[in-house]
Amino acid sequence: MSEKHTISCLVENHFGVLARVSGLISARGFNIDSLTVSTTEDPTISRMTIVVDADALKLEQVKHQLDRLIDVIDVQELKEGAFLDRELLLARVAANGQTRAALEQLAAQFGAKLADANEDAVVIEAAGDTKALDRLVEQLRPHGITKLVRTGRVALER
Amino acid sequence: MSKMKGAQILVECLRREGVEIAFGIPGGANLPTFDALYQSPIKVVLTVHEQGAAHMADGFARASGKVGVCLATSGPGATNLVTGLATAFMDSIPLVAITGQVRTSVIGNDAFQEADTIGITRPVTKHSYLVKDVRDVARVVREAFYIARTGRPGPVLIDLPVDTTVAETDFVYPETIAIRGYHPQEAAPTVELEPIRRAAEAIARSKRPVIYAGAGVIHAGAAAELAELAHKTRIPVTTSLLGLGAFPETDPLSLGMLGMHGFEYTNYAVAQCDLLIGIGARFDDRVTGKPDEFARNAKKVHVDVDPSSINKTVVVDYPIVGDVKQVLRELNALVGPLDTREWLATLKGMREQYPLVYKEKAKVLPQYVVQQISEATKGNAVIATGVGQHQMWAAQFYQFNTPRSIITSGGLGTMGFGLPAAIGAAFGRPGETVWDIDGDGSFQMTAQELATAAQHKLPIKIAIMNNQHHGMVRQWQDLFYQGRHAQSRLNPVDFVKLAEANHCVGIRVERKDGVRPAIERAMRTTDRPTVIECMVEEAENCWPMIAPGKPHDQMLGTYEHLKQDGGIPQRRRLSEDDEAKLSLG
Repeated sequence: MSEKHTISCLVENHFGVLARVSGLISARGFNIDSLTVSTTEDPTISRMTIVVDADALKLEQVKHQLDRLIDVIDVQELKEGAFLDRELLLARVAANGQTRAALEQLAAQFGAKLADANEDAVVIEAAGDTKALDRLVEQLRPHGITKLVRTGRVALER
Repeated sequence: MSKMKGAQILVECLRREGVEIAFGIPGGANLPTFDALYQSPIKVVLTVHEQGAAHMADGFARASGKVGVCLATSGPGATNLVTGLATAFMDSIPLVAITGQVRTSVIGNDAFQEADTIGITRPVTKHSYLVKDVRDVARVVREAFYIARTGRPGPVLIDLPVDTTVAETDFVYPETIAIRGYHPQEAAPTVELEPIRRAAEAIARSKRPVIYAGAGVIHAGAAAELAELAHKTRIPVTTSLLGLGAFPETDPLSLGMLGMHGFEYTNYAVAQCDLLIGIGARFDDRVTGKPDEFARNAKKVHVDVDPSSINKTVVVDYPIVGDVKQVLRELNALVGPLDTREWLATLKGMREQYPLVYKEKAKVLPQYVVQQISEATKGNAVIATGVGQHQMWAAQFYQFNTPRSIITSGGLGTMGFGLPAAIGAAFGRPGETVWDIDGDGSFQMTAQELATAAQHKLPIKIAIMNNQHHGMVRQWQDLFYQGRHAQSRLNPVDFVKLAEANHCVGIRVERKDGVRPAIERAMRTTDRPTVIECMVEEAENCWPMIAPGKPHDQMLGTYEHLKQDGGIPQRRRLSEDDEAKLSLG
């Protein structure tokens, strides 16, 4: 059965490593929801957090294939409940004098804030786990989302 | 400490890796490298085309067990290597490819003869390096060879911008290698014993076991350990195409090759076995046919150095990740003799019941040519092949007895591999007889390398099965496309003249009685290549065959079927004496 899995990889902080990982994922036909890359406490190492949609066998393949790359130092699957995950969302939502207060209230419920505002729109900034952000998006949708961007998941073991 | 140029450091590091030969072509961006090689003891073989260089390095590596080295300049030189790298990658062959690159300051500017070589070759190499700093050259070369030959071997590419090769630095040879993301299995002090124990128990319980051995046995140098396992347990052994030679076909326990064009009885054996022991083989689709029906009655053991090979196409019950040689040593200590008499008697019966078969026709049959080469060389030659029908006939009708005796592109199926691979093999095994069994379609894809073979007076023998078709394509068109021969007929080429134009001996064979004399003449020719153009039956099909996606017990072109059509059972073995020794069980 296909499910979302979070894979955390430590990789060499070299030129070209992202291309190796993304090339592998596309060449092998793996379905990914998101991929983030960032520096770590060690400047020579980057962390990639990959959310992959796969059944158990496919997931094993993804992990083994990633591990085959020389520049990949470590591959860990983060098990449900054993890690924290966050992503950042920015959404430009239509707003007017009447709806602005409702949007502010909604944002507050999600621990989000209004990062910017003008006459006919607000930009909402929210950080949270994927499911919470999905719920926020659903509630913003009736207001009219004109632009939306999410960073994809970053995750850390508890 | 004296300063050295990047190219000199490269050459010094190649020398320390034990490199004695490299194949390639100079060009603008790798002139410093060729200049440094010119002043070194390393022999550099100039090829006609860079694809030839990659296949020669590959053939050299397969035949010798050493790392093959090929060289190309930037841009088109590097892109011409790609087919050769992909071929080596699919078959896990250790190569180091060294490409020139435009100078670092213009990389990315679409400079003359610039290509993103790292980007283009990324999916077909085990690893690659762009070396922008001369101080990294020594480390990179050391790592490249280590990565190429360890673990599951493969090609590694080093892209050297021309300014890196002319810049100078102090030469410091890295005595140790530390790659934190790479821990090959053979570097592990021990293998994990528990999975081996479980597999040994499954072996002890089995009644109808079959070993399915692949090229991983050859890469690991584990043919002796495989033979020990088979003999100790009395388990018969089938091999993949690339595994031919891992277990001698003269051995009574040998079942020969399985798969799409494997032996009929061998595929039945696989369909009937209750335990399949895969060793250094990757359950390729040409072996498995329909994966979920493959050996459907069997529990499966899979020993592989690469964890990603396990459960990739066929889900197995007893996975064992480790160096094949180490694993087999541990396994051999745990297993004892099995009572497989009944099973071996069944197999012997099937072997007699379902022999290879063909029907005499007006023209020479390619199967007959392969049989004659097998006899004339007593199964002791190194056999390179192209890809297609002739390749399968070579696998079926030549008797492979030793590791590294078949040099063929199994995974990628690269037509044109045969001639350059035979040239590489001839350099890798000097003094030994090297044949290229080829097809007219396959041969023409790299035929220009005849000039390379002649230049070095290599006494390789090339048997071209000229059926004036892409024969395997024609066979599939007849089987699955109602006989519409879309672009499978080839223009006639005079291969004797082509041979002579390249300073090779050219012989044309048009009758059956001309086959053996031509082979004998080729065997007597020691100062140049010999091309034997065999005008073979055009409509001959390669049987038996598992149609794509079908199970092993539903083959086409079976003995029963061909017998009714006047087919005559064929011996693959050398003589009656050998045949008598071969009774199974």
